[in-house]
Amino acid sequence: MTTLEGVNVQKLRADFPILARTVREGRPLVYLDSGATSQRPRQVLDAERAFLEQHNAAVHRGAHQLAEEATDAYESARARIAAFIGADAGEVVFTKNATEGINLVAYAMGNSSIRTGLGPESERFALGPGDEIVITELEHHANLVPWQELCRRTGATLRWYSITDEGRVDLDSIELTERTKLVAFAHQSNVLGTILPVAELVRRARAVGALVLLDACQSVPHMPVHLGELGVDFAGFSGHKMLGPSGIGVLYGRAELLAAMPPFLTGGSMIELVRMERTTYAPPPQRFEAGVPMTSQVVGLGAAVDYVGDIGMDAIHSHEMALVQQTLNGLASVPGVRVIGPRDLVDRGGAVAFVVDGVHAHDVGQVLDDRGIAVRVGHHCAWPLHRRFGVAATVRASFHVYSTPDEVTALVEGVQAAREFFGVVS
Amino acid sequence: MYQEIILDHYRTPHGAGLREPFDAESFQINPTCGDEITLRVKLDGDKVSDVSYETLGCSISQASASVLTDLVVGRSVEESLRVLAAFQEMAQGRGQVEPDEDVLGDGVAFAGVARYPARVKCALLGWMAFKDAVVRTPQSSGGARTDTRDSEEAQS
Ligand SMILES: Cc1ncc(COP(=O)(O)O)c(C=O)c1O
Repeated sequence: MTTLEGVNVQKLRADFPILARTVREGRPLVYLDSGATSQRPRQVLDAERAFLEQHNAAVHRGAHQLAEEATDAYESARARIAAFIGADAGEVVFTKNATEGINLVAYAMGNSSIRTGLGPESERFALGPGDEIVITELEHHANLVPWQELCRRTGATLRWYSITDEGRVDLDSIELTERTKLVAFAHQSNVLGTILPVAELVRRARAVGALVLLDACQSVPHMPVHLGELGVDFAGFSGHKMLGPSGIGVLYGRAELLAAMPPFLTGGSMIELVRMERTTYAPPPQRFEAGVPMTSQVVGLGAAVDYVGDIGMDAIHSHEMALVQQTLNGLASVPGVRVIGPRDLVDRGGAVAFVVDGVHAHDVGQVLDDRGIAVRVGHHCAWPLHRRFGVAATVRASFHVYSTPDEVTALVEGVQAAREFFGVVS
Repeated sequence: MYQEIILDHYRTPHGAGLREPFDAESFQINPTCGDEITLRVKLDGDKVSDVSYETLGCSISQASASVLTDLVVGRSVEESLRVLAAFQEMAQGRGQVEPDEDVLGDGVAFAGVARYPARVKCALLGWMAFKDAVVRTPQSSGGARTDTRDSEEAQS
């Protein structure tokens, strides 16, 4: 079967040169680690190369023709990326990756909390002892450690929603309070695949006047996401997980908030007027893009958004969900395999984590790797979540539009082989 | 990579479990995967008289700890650190280092691990715990027996 839910996978795989290579002594590559990073189609690679060969210059600096063309390419990509996520161009800030985007907000809040030399508009981002930041127990370290650090610097308290045995957020585990200043959570867990109840969490945050930050790293690449309609204040994601380049990410911020927020990094390109004594800042998004930014990466991300947009995010999501169903069924047929996270497709995306009784995740991963199958093993930067489930490490399979049912079959056979190899077959 | 010797040590590890008495303990963690080992060392003069350990880890890290006990118990501290250096050199040698079976015994089975850079840390976890524990013994540090739960920074 090559066509799934309207996606002609075989045809489209030809766009991805890397998928044709072999690994470990001539075995065809079975790449099931797109949740960590995805592969790039020729269209993205070509766009980067064409930009560098024809238009390369520092953007927003200089008035020569190349500078104009480079700036146009950069801003055109911003506009297309913004449209793709239901935002205005001015609400899209380019960062190195999602991690930097989240840190940008954390540091802007930290800077606001110092309260010297800032206007009254920054007060809504300020924190102090007694204030709270709320996250969940399933967060990626990128949406956890920056908040721990911000709490340490400001004296605020970090609290979190706990996770149920089924891998859902336990909405009754804590109550937000008047002191809750920010609620930050993943749209989709990078381990369990769980899709979080964004609307309900936004409602609760709004009820106490808290800001909302969405870690959209695992949602924007895999399903239709309209950030404006979701009503979140901030969101972050990375280009390399959505068939785009590494070294480029997006921080989305509602226009009104970005306009009020003080900068994180300062220097060239983010200024309005500089004197020796004092500087005023450019309006967003430039205020948050200090220094010469990534350019070919932005152009490449623009091409990636065009590419997935042409296929259709609905089609990509359906395709991945068919693979998830096949994976869940396949793993359920192997004795001693336990999926960590939802076992049905309700509010679920395309990451499947599991453990194999009696075989450590590393060893499962090694047997798979020897068969040419690339999966992620370990805690996937969500160590507290693994602790919550009482496991040191899991195996995670994750997909993108180029993943095939044959690859899922290879995975399931590989897991079975790992059990046989380590002699845990009963 | 999975030599029969490694699988044997994994299935029936030598010296596993934590035992009293001991002179020092080390807790090491592999930050990339979360694997852990707690390892205790008992010295008798300058001789390693016991190594006991508890691991939460893959076959490679468990088998490696088992081989470690075989290789160091009964040896002098100095000798055992020489074996450690040889094991480390092999493990980090990217498959280019020819291991000396006279020094490394069953440890030579881990030569294949050196070709998988992601697994080298697994093979070294127990050895790093051993090295750390030896340094912490009163005999070598001059201090009292220390509990080491705070030494989580692990190996490089
Ligand atoms: C849910 C989630 N959040 C944050 C990140 C961090 O992304 P990056 O490392 O690209 O900054 C990732 C990916 O690693 C992720 O899956």
